[in-house]
Amino acid sequence: MWNYEKRLEYPIHIKETNPKLAQAIITQYGGPDGELGASMRYLSQRYTMPYREAIATLTDIGTEELAHFEMICTIVYQLTRNMSMEELKASGFDVYYVDHTAGLWPQAASGVPFSAATFQSTGDPVADLTEDLAAEQKARITYDNILRLCEDSPEVKDAIRFLREREIVHFQRFGESLRIVQDHLDSRNFYIMNPAFDTGISGGSGDCGCKSNTP
Amino acid sequence: MNQRQRPDQEQLLQWINMVSFACTETVLYLNTHPDCSEALAFYQKHVALRKQALEEYARLYGPLTLDHAVSTGNKWAWIQQPWPWEGGKC
Repeated sequence: MWNYEKRLEYPIHIKETNPKLAQAIITQYGGPDGELGASMRYLSQRYTMPYREAIATLTDIGTEELAHFEMICTIVYQLTRNMSMEELKASGFDVYYVDHTAGLWPQAASGVPFSAATFQSTGDPVADLTEDLAAEQKARITYDNILRLCEDSPEVKDAIRFLREREIVHFQRFGESLRIVQDHLDSRNFYIMNPAFDTGISGGSGDCGCKSNTP
Repeated sequence: MNQRQRPDQEQLLQWINMVSFACTETVLYLNTHPDCSEALAFYQKHVALRKQALEEYARLYGPLTLDHAVSTGNKWAWIQQPWPWEGGKC
């Protein structure tokens, strides 16, 4: 269950019109390292996560990512709400406009539609959390790249800097979650079993008697 | 925020954003540090400030959540207030 709050996580008030910049920033809505994919990744992975700290981390970061794609959509909306046909054509936004007018649709900057193929839910806690760490770094560099494109748009830059900073905090929390998962595993071989699947084997405490069959 | 009579709408929303962010950040920290008494106290303090501010905002300017959408007269207030993406108009 989710509750909606009628406010942004961080306020956005953009007065300028800049469809070209909007077309780049939309990638953090539906692109390969965007906020929608991040949210779906974490909220999908949490069901088979065996440890309380990591389940909560996936749930709450997955929820915060929903607030982030609302921020991205707000930036794109505000940058395009007053555009003229001339601005639209001159900026190259016409290729988006022809399918969506000024409506919001999850795609990458290159026009590739949002796809669940951009993320995984492996059902393995170590693999999932390692992917999550990479996802936060990839989103961080996307924001670094966006920041180079919006030097002249202080109102956009301010919101993008907030979002970039959140990637760094989330990376830290996923790192702690991975450490907590590994603390539950056999330090001699983290991969001796999958604690989310091999539930018949005694919790990875090292007393399962199968060390000689280490893969 | 304690001294003011009737806070300005934008200031009050900014205050809600601030205390809410403090809560969001502390929740993520507590998830991986559930025994940190300092963080627990910090969360309790800020979640109370947030609750108080959300109630005050609903009373003065309209509901930000559906839990606060009941106490504003005869008209359904939820649809009256601006949506979050509508800011920044000239």
